[in-house]
Amino acid sequence: MSASDGVAARAVDVWKSYGSGDAAVTALAGVSVDLDKSRFTAIMGPSGSGKSTLMHCLAGLDDVTSGEVWVGGTKVTGLKDRGLTELRRDKVGFIFQQFNLLPTLTAEENITLPLAIGGKKVDKEWFDVVVDTVGLRDRLTHRPTQLSGGQQQRVACARALVSRPDVVFADEPTGNLDSQSGAEVLGFLQRSAREFGQTIVMVTHDPNAASYADRVIFLKDGHIVRELLSPSAEEVLDTMKHLDSVVAVPHV
Amino acid sequence: MFKATLKSLLSRKLRLVLSALAVVLGVMFVSGSFVLTDTLQRSFTDLFSSAFANVDVSVTPKAEKGKEPVPLTPQAISDVKSVPGVSSAIGDVQGSARPIGKNGKVITTSGSPRFGFNWTGTGQEKIRDGKAPAGENEVALGAYLATTGDFKVGDDIALLTLEPKKTFKITGIYEYAGGRDSLGGELSVAFTEPVAQQLLLGKKDVFSGITVTAAQGTTDDALRDAVAAKLGSGYDVKTGAVLAKEQADQINEGLKFFNYVLLGFAGIALFVGIFIILNTFSIIVAQRTRELALLRSMGASRGQVIGSVVLEALVIGLIASIVGLGAGIGIGALLAKIFSSVGGTDLQLASIGVPMTAIISSFAVGMIVTVVAAVMPALRASRIAPVAAMREAATPDRPLTKITITGALVAAAGGTSLAFGFNQASLPLIFGGILVAFVGVALLTPIMSKPMVSLIGRLLSWSMPGLLGRRNSARNPRRTAITAAALMVGISLITGVSVVLTSATKSIEKLATGQLQTDLIVSGEGQMEGEPATFRRDVLTKIEKTDGVKSAVGWSQDGVLEGENQLFAVGVTDMPAMATMFALKPKSGTIAPLKDDQLALPEEMAAEKGWSVGSKVTLQLAKGEPKTYTVGFIWVKSQVLQGALVLPESASANFRSDQIAQAFVQVSPGVSAADVQKRVEPLFADNPEITVQDRSAFVKQTTSQFDTVLLMIQILLALAILIAVLGVINTLALSVIERTRELGLLRAIGMRRSQVMRMITVESVVISVFGAVLGLAVGLALGIATVQALKDQGISEIGLPWMTMVQYLVVAAFVGVIAAILPAIRAARLNVLDAIAYE
Ligand SMILES: Nc1ncnc2c1ncn2[C@@H]1O[C@H](COP(=O)(O)OP(=O)(O)OP(=O)(O)O)[C@@H](O)[C@H]1O
Ligand SMILES: [Mg+2]
Repeated sequence: MSASDGVAARAVDVWKSYGSGDAAVTALAGVSVDLDKSRFTAIMGPSGSGKSTLMHCLAGLDDVTSGEVWVGGTKVTGLKDRGLTELRRDKVGFIFQQFNLLPTLTAEENITLPLAIGGKKVDKEWFDVVVDTVGLRDRLTHRPTQLSGGQQQRVACARALVSRPDVVFADEPTGNLDSQSGAEVLGFLQRSAREFGQTIVMVTHDPNAASYADRVIFLKDGHIVRELLSPSAEEVLDTMKHLDSVVAVPHV
Repeated sequence: MFKATLKSLLSRKLRLVLSALAVVLGVMFVSGSFVLTDTLQRSFTDLFSSAFANVDVSVTPKAEKGKEPVPLTPQAISDVKSVPGVSSAIGDVQGSARPIGKNGKVITTSGSPRFGFNWTGTGQEKIRDGKAPAGENEVALGAYLATTGDFKVGDDIALLTLEPKKTFKITGIYEYAGGRDSLGGELSVAFTEPVAQQLLLGKKDVFSGITVTAAQGTTDDALRDAVAAKLGSGYDVKTGAVLAKEQADQINEGLKFFNYVLLGFAGIALFVGIFIILNTFSIIVAQRTRELALLRSMGASRGQVIGSVVLEALVIGLIASIVGLGAGIGIGALLAKIFSSVGGTDLQLASIGVPMTAIISSFAVGMIVTVVAAVMPALRASRIAPVAAMREAATPDRPLTKITITGALVAAAGGTSLAFGFNQASLPLIFGGILVAFVGVALLTPIMSKPMVSLIGRLLSWSMPGLLGRRNSARNPRRTAITAAALMVGISLITGVSVVLTSATKSIEKLATGQLQTDLIVSGEGQMEGEPATFRRDVLTKIEKTDGVKSAVGWSQDGVLEGENQLFAVGVTDMPAMATMFALKPKSGTIAPLKDDQLALPEEMAAEKGWSVGSKVTLQLAKGEPKTYTVGFIWVKSQVLQGALVLPESASANFRSDQIAQAFVQVSPGVSAADVQKRVEPLFADNPEITVQDRSAFVKQTTSQFDTVLLMIQILLALAILIAVLGVINTLALSVIERTRELGLLRAIGMRRSQVMRMITVESVVISVFGAVLGLAVGLALGIATVQALKDQGISEIGLPWMTMVQYLVVAAFVGVIAAILPAIRAARLNVLDAIAYE
């Protein structure tokens, strides 16, 4: 990356298609985007627009058909499995919609799992800060089955943050939660960006969730079609409604 | 329902293949045993019918009860010749002749006979090279002996017969019809008739039998009757066909026993197979909970649900039986080939046949085993409530109370049966008890698995993947337990046998040092087979006169008849010296040289017979008239000398052979046994079948047979262990499938492929080592119980095979690593995104 210092992750003319011949589906059609450091970015768009695909490509979970992806100072495109694994372990944090935790481990063990896998020591101070921020102090010895869905997602958030990754990717982290628990998780993600300078990229369907973000990117048919800065929920909703009328302009 | 069953079968190919493999291997063992023994039996039948091909009728002297048969005289031959319908009557001379190889060692076979005979030119033997023996120092060799010992016409060969080593010139090499080297791996030599009579029967002008051929137009049966009528009683007259059958039957009896042994081990393998299949079906039922509940809510009855699971089992059992039968035929044929070509049997193999028993037992065993294993899971499936379809398919941790109580009861029942079995010396009770106890212990394993697994796992979980592997192995105690229990069966049996053998070795060693007051032991090959090589009395005298020898005792041995009972007797040269060397203590009577009409015996034998000092005992020896002996001495039960009547030296003259079978030497104080050994050994320079050993070498030789036994059992149990390993692979493969999403998550947050593989390997090793630890514990218990039960048989010490046990543990850990390879690779290769999205 021409490491312009303010960018945590970058996609350059990323194309991604699945299958071949007649059955080929183009999920990303030339997406270029810079994700600024310490910002909370939301990705929105209709179902099938390529949100998850973009996120997977940025996070080194999937390879791109053409184009380049950078995370931190690392060029992700072209990395082999080992490099990708280390990238995910050291530079990226994940929060999935569900099944984020290993049932055999306690909450604490789940949080420190990426560090343990990498054989790194836990930064006790930072760990305490993270745990207190998500409010899990008294739940650390519990197994995932003993936690509510919201608590489980907060454990997942804590895990994503504890290794201080360059970017945290979250794919519909609140999709399975009621609005109360969802709000807790979103508030926490927002604070991580503002107070700890953590870069966060979140895919969501929920305009309200998107309103927590500093920047909202809209995808349609594999193209970035709009973006808003620090929008309100109404603005997001409005944009979503009019997305249908937007004609996707192929990126050049 | 049938269609649904088939569909569900096909969708679970991998795990079904793995569990069906367990059945296939067991069935293969069963049908292979049948095919092997059947083929060998028919081969031996062919062998003997060709061996007696040109014997129409055979005459042998009839042995009077307990007595040695009196050899035939030339008179008997001329009598037979005079019978109408006889075309020829030829006197046969046959007796033991052991060739000495070019390396000076006696050439041995693995069971086939070694003998010499008189060359008559009328037998089946045809000269291949050279010519028939004509002179006193000439012999012809069977081609098989010539190849085995690398002899050529013109070479010299040394032979052991009734007389000590004697060297002959080889004038010819003969073969059998079709250019065969031997009929069945026997080593034979042909002498001229007078030499054969002297060396093989010990007397000039006697024969061991007559081969009679019928003239044109006379049937064998008619000829037999005519010859028998002419000779009167005192002779066995049989047709060649009957003789061939008798001999074949004798071998086939042995093969039948061999078959039972193989089937026994096949049974163990199948028993282990049940565990594996049970596991697979439990897992399948658990995974299908939703589907089955849906079926139930749509109106399927319980019976239909049970039926669908059992049907699935039947289909698997059927396929596995077919494959197993096919594989068994292949293995049986292969083993028969190996048997006939290596190990000195040179057997002409009959065509490979598949006996009906093989087919029936394959299908019966394969289907029964599978269905038995599926019953429990099927019942569980039928209890699934229709509402389970609506619930998230959570498998709650069912409490282990019931299974544990049942296990304790079953184990106790097995133990009781075992104890009774030992008490009554009833093998069915013992084996049944062991099997039931295994089931009991297997039911107890789930409750044990938690603490055990965490203990074993602790040693392996120094890293995060290790910790995860350990936690994973503790996740499903039932599954882990059954997988481990399958491994337990094989390992505990080996351990049990190993404990018994180690105890026996230790007991023998202790006896030898404590009660055997002899420094050197002189004995011939074949002590265990009951027909030991012997040496002449004057050699014993020479030993006594050797520098440094304090005393030497020898005995000749034979069976004697007391009424209807056959007893083992020795004719001992010096009773008091023997009492000293064996540390015999008088129970009654005094230790003194035996008079010509006195005998001595151990107290347990006296008690059984109701004899005491002064009792009169009439014995029929192999030669001479019955003779009455007086009990002169009864010794206190001794472990080193039991089950033998001791007769005076003079009785040896009426034994089949009066030569010395075993001798014991005590050296003078201050003299080294090794020096005396060096001086005694040259006395046997011309008798390589006799060895002179010091006490520890003798003990080692006696106990070395245990190693062979243990090795055989290990080989035969290898299949049971292999099946258990399949079980471990199966369990791991299922874990990988079930935890696909977890694996995806781990990979997504940065776990390396190598770490994933390590995690699976740790899980595998934990299960295997758990199984091994269980096996060692159960094996120790079984072994110690057996040793206790055998106390009266002379196993007085308990010896624990620590080294062997450690080896089994190490092997189990290694097995765990091997079993993990495929599932681990599979886990590591998972596509991260697909895995996360996996339902
Ligand atoms: N593994 C795949 N194989 C084939 N096509 C795929 C695959 N994954 C995604 N697609 C296709 O790529 C397109 C974009 O999918 P993606 O999952 O990124 O959408 P999304 O915006 O996340 O939708 P949603 O909001 O429903 O999660 C879709 O048309 C989808 O069908
Ligand atoms: Mg998506």
